[in-house]
Amino acid sequence: MTLKTTAAPGSQKVGDPGDRVFSFILRAASSIVLLILIAFIVLLVIDSRESISRFGLSFLSSSKWNPVETEINKIAFGALPFIFGTVVTSLLALILATPLAIGSAIFVSEYSPPWIGKPVAFIIELLVAIPSVAYGIWGLFVLVPLMRDVVEPFLQSTLGKIPVIGLLFVGPPMGQDLLTGGVVLAIMILPTILSLSREVIAQVPRLQKEGMLALGATRWEVLTKAVLPYARPGIIGASMLGLARAIGETMAVTMVIGNSSTKITPSLLTPGYTISSAIANQFTEADSPIYFSAIVELGLVLLIVASVFNILSRILVMRLVGKGGGSHA
Amino acid sequence: MHEQAETRRFARRRASNLMSLLFVVLLASLSVAILLVIVGHIFANGLSSLTLDFFTKIPKPYGEDGGGIAQAIVGTIEMLLLAGLMAIPVGVATAIYLVEFGSGRFAKTVGFAIELLAELPSIVVGVFVWALLVRNVTGYSGIAGSTALAIIMIPIIARSVEEILKLVPNGLREAALALGTPRWKVVLFVVVPTVLPGILTGIMLSLARAAGETAPLLLTSLGNNFFNFNLQKPMAAMPLQIYNYAVSPYDDWHRKAWASTLVLIAIVAIMSGAVKFLTRRWKHESN
Amino acid sequence: MNPIRSFADLIPDAVPAAESRQGAERSIAIRGLAAYYGKHKAIEGIDLDIGPGVITAIIGPSGCGKSTLIRCINRMHEVIAGAYATGSVTLDGTDIYTPGSDPVQIRRRIGMVFQKPNPFPTRTVYENVIAGLRLNLPRKSKADYDEVVERSLRSVALWDEVKDKLHDAGTALSGGQQQRLCIARAIAIKPEVLLLDEPCSALDPTATLKIEDLLFSLKIDYTIVIVTHNMQQAARASDRTAFLMADENHVGHLVEAGPTREIFLKPKDSRTEDYISGRLG
Repeated sequence: MTLKTTAAPGSQKVGDPGDRVFSFILRAASSIVLLILIAFIVLLVIDSRESISRFGLSFLSSSKWNPVETEINKIAFGALPFIFGTVVTSLLALILATPLAIGSAIFVSEYSPPWIGKPVAFIIELLVAIPSVAYGIWGLFVLVPLMRDVVEPFLQSTLGKIPVIGLLFVGPPMGQDLLTGGVVLAIMILPTILSLSREVIAQVPRLQKEGMLALGATRWEVLTKAVLPYARPGIIGASMLGLARAIGETMAVTMVIGNSSTKITPSLLTPGYTISSAIANQFTEADSPIYFSAIVELGLVLLIVASVFNILSRILVMRLVGKGGGSHA
Repeated sequence: MHEQAETRRFARRRASNLMSLLFVVLLASLSVAILLVIVGHIFANGLSSLTLDFFTKIPKPYGEDGGGIAQAIVGTIEMLLLAGLMAIPVGVATAIYLVEFGSGRFAKTVGFAIELLAELPSIVVGVFVWALLVRNVTGYSGIAGSTALAIIMIPIIARSVEEILKLVPNGLREAALALGTPRWKVVLFVVVPTVLPGILTGIMLSLARAAGETAPLLLTSLGNNFFNFNLQKPMAAMPLQIYNYAVSPYDDWHRKAWASTLVLIAIVAIMSGAVKFLTRRWKHESN
Repeated sequence: MNPIRSFADLIPDAVPAAESRQGAERSIAIRGLAAYYGKHKAIEGIDLDIGPGVITAIIGPSGCGKSTLIRCINRMHEVIAGAYATGSVTLDGTDIYTPGSDPVQIRRRIGMVFQKPNPFPTRTVYENVIAGLRLNLPRKSKADYDEVVERSLRSVALWDEVKDKLHDAGTALSGGQQQRLCIARAIAIKPEVLLLDEPCSALDPTATLKIEDLLFSLKIDYTIVIVTHNMQQAARASDRTAFLMADENHVGHLVEAGPTREIFLKPKDSRTEDYISGRLG
C-alpha cells in the first residue's frame, strides 16, 4: 500500500488564483508593518551613530549637555539629567497612580452595584482617550499654580522638616518641576492602569470567589485570599504598561516640568527635563549634525526603554488575559 | 465562652470588611473626582471663549485679540483623512492576514511588530518621520504629519480589527468553505460583512487617537497660522495650536488654547464614545 | 418516547437500496486513510466503501475520530491549521486527494452540514439558501434563484414554515429550522454527496425526527454520510453503519462496517457488541 502525503503539515495550499492574489496582498500589507519597525530601528541607529561613536557610554552617564561651543565649555552631550528626569517622574507617577488605580478597579469590579460601576468604568475608558495636550494645558494653568502656592509650601513645612526625606523638598517652590511632572503623569496613567486592572480582575474565575463566599468568607477575605493572588501578575503588568506610557509621554510633561536645568539634585522641586521633553524642546535647535545625532540617540534610548517595559507588561498580562480567543479553537 | 469568642471574631471580620469597603470607595471617589475636576476645568475655561469667529477665522497677529483657529481645524481634518487613507488599508489587511491566514513564523513576527509599534512613545514616531521624510524629502509638511499619524494608527487599527475578527465563530467560516467557497471569498463576503460595524469602530478609535496626537506633529507638520490646503507645506493642527497658545505669553491665546482643548476633547469623546456604544450594542446583538 | 427494548424494534426488516439517479455513480471509496493534527495522529488505516442511494452512519465513542473521518471526505479536515491527511478518498473513481486537485471544487461536489446550525447571520433565509450559488457560481436571474430557493426549501420540508419569512434573518428561525436551512443551503448547489456531522446534537427530539425523515427522502438523490453519537438514530435512520474506535494502543480505526441491521443485531466483533449493548443499557 502506498501512502502519499496529501497536504503537507503547516502549508496553506491555495489552489484558487483569487486566493493566491488575496494572500499576496495581505502578506504585502503585513510586510509594510514589519518594514516600518525595521526602518525605525535602522534609521534611528544610523542617525545616532555619530553621537554613539563620539560619546559612547558617556552619553548615558555624563551630565554635561553643552550643545553650543563656548570658551569654557566644549561641546558635550551627556543625557543623564534627562534620563534622571524620566526615571524620577515616571516612578513618582507609578507610586501615586497605582494604589488609586487598583483601589478603584477593585471597587468598580468587586464592590459597586452595576448602576455605579458601569458608568464609572465607561467614564474611565473615555478618559484613556483624552489627548495628552489636554492634561498638559490643565497642568500648566491649574496644577502648576496649585503646586507652587499650596502643595509645595505645605510639603516643605511638614515632610521637609524630617531629616533625609526633607532633601526631596529643598529649594524655592516654583510649580514647574519634577514633582509636578510626576503628578501630571500619575493622573494620565491612572485610567490606563485602572481599566487594565479591572479587566484582569474580571478574569478571576467566578467559581473561586463563590466557593469562598459559600464557606462564609467576607468580601474582603475573598478579595485578599482569592482575587488578588490570582490577579497579581496581571495587575503588575497593568502598572508596567502605565510606567511604559509615563516614560514615553511627552506633551503633558513638557508643559509642566520647567525644561530649564540639567543639574541633578535630590530635590523634587527642581525644574528638569525628561528624555521626551528634551527632544520636543531641543530638536528645532539642533543646528549641527552632532547635536541632531544626539537628539536622535535620545529617541533611540526612549524606544528601547519603553519597548522593554511594554514587553514585560505583555508577558505578565498575557498569562491571564491572553489565553482565550484563539481563532481556530 | 467559646461562643463569645466566635462572636467577637465574627465582629472583627465584619469590621475589617467594612473598613476595606470604605477604603476602596475613598480611592475610587478620589480617582473619579480628579478626572472630573480636569474635565470640569476644561469646560469652564473653554466654554467662555467659544465664538463663531473661533471656528471660522484664522489667528490674528501677535498681541491682537480676536480671530480663531479655523486653519487648525482644517489642518487636523486634512491630515486625518490622508493618514486614514494610508493606515486603514494596511491596518485592516494586516489584521485579516493575522487571523485568517497567519499561523506561521512570519505572522508571529508581524503580530509582535504590531505590539511594539502600538506602544511606541509618539515622540519617537516624530523623530523617525523627521529623519525619514522631513529632513531630506518633504520638509515640514502636512504629508510628513499624516505619515506620522498613520504610523500611530496602523497598530491601533490592526489590533482592534484582529480582536473583532477573532470573535467570528469558526462555524461560519466552515459553513462557507463547505459550500466550495475559496478563502478570499469567505473572508470578504462572509467574515468581513459579519463584523463590519466592529471594523468601523476600530477605525474610528484610531482616528480619535490620532486627532489628539501632538508630539509627532511638532516634529513633522510644525504648525501654521494661515489657511493652508497644500499638504506639501507646513500645516496647522488643533493639538499643535493648543500647545503653542498655551506656552505663549498672551492671555487671549491662553483662552483660545482652553477653547481648542474643549473642542478637541469633544471631538475625541464623541468619536470614542460612539465607538464604545456601538461595540457594546454590536457585541450584545451578536450573542 | 417509548422505551426501546431491542434494536430489532427500530430497524425495518429489509433495507432496499433506493433507486439511484445515475446508476453506480456517487460512490466513495476510502483506502488507507490517516489524519493528523500536527504531530498528533487522530485516525489511521481506514478502509471504507460508501455506496450511492443509501445512508451510511458512522458511530463510535467520543474521541474516536468520527468527525475527523467525515471531514476528510470533503477535505474540510485540512482547513484547521497544521492538519493533514494521507491515503486516498475516491469519488466516482477519481482520488480527491490527487496532488493538484482543488479542495474548493471538491467541496462543491460534497456538501456538509455541521453540529451546530450555522446560517450566515448577515443573510436572510432566502440569501442563505442561495449563498453557495451567489458566492461561487455565475450570476443567475431572480427567477432562477426563486426557483432554487423554493425547490431547496421544499426538499427539506421547510418551505411551508418559512415562505412568509424568506426575507427575515436566517438566525431568527428555531434551531431545528436553522439546521434544515443549512441542509437546504448545502443541497442548493446540487452536490453529489451530503455529509452530516452530528446534525441533531443541538436539537430537540421532535426536530431530530424531522431531520431523520428528511434524510430518508434525500437519499434518492444524494449519497449521505451521517456521524452520530446517538445509537437509536443510527439504527433508525441509516442503511449501513461503520463503527470506529480508539483505544490505548491504537488511534481511531475502523472496527467493522456493514448493513446497519447486521452491525446492531449480530456484530462480528465483540467490541462492537460491547459498545452497542453498553449504550443501549
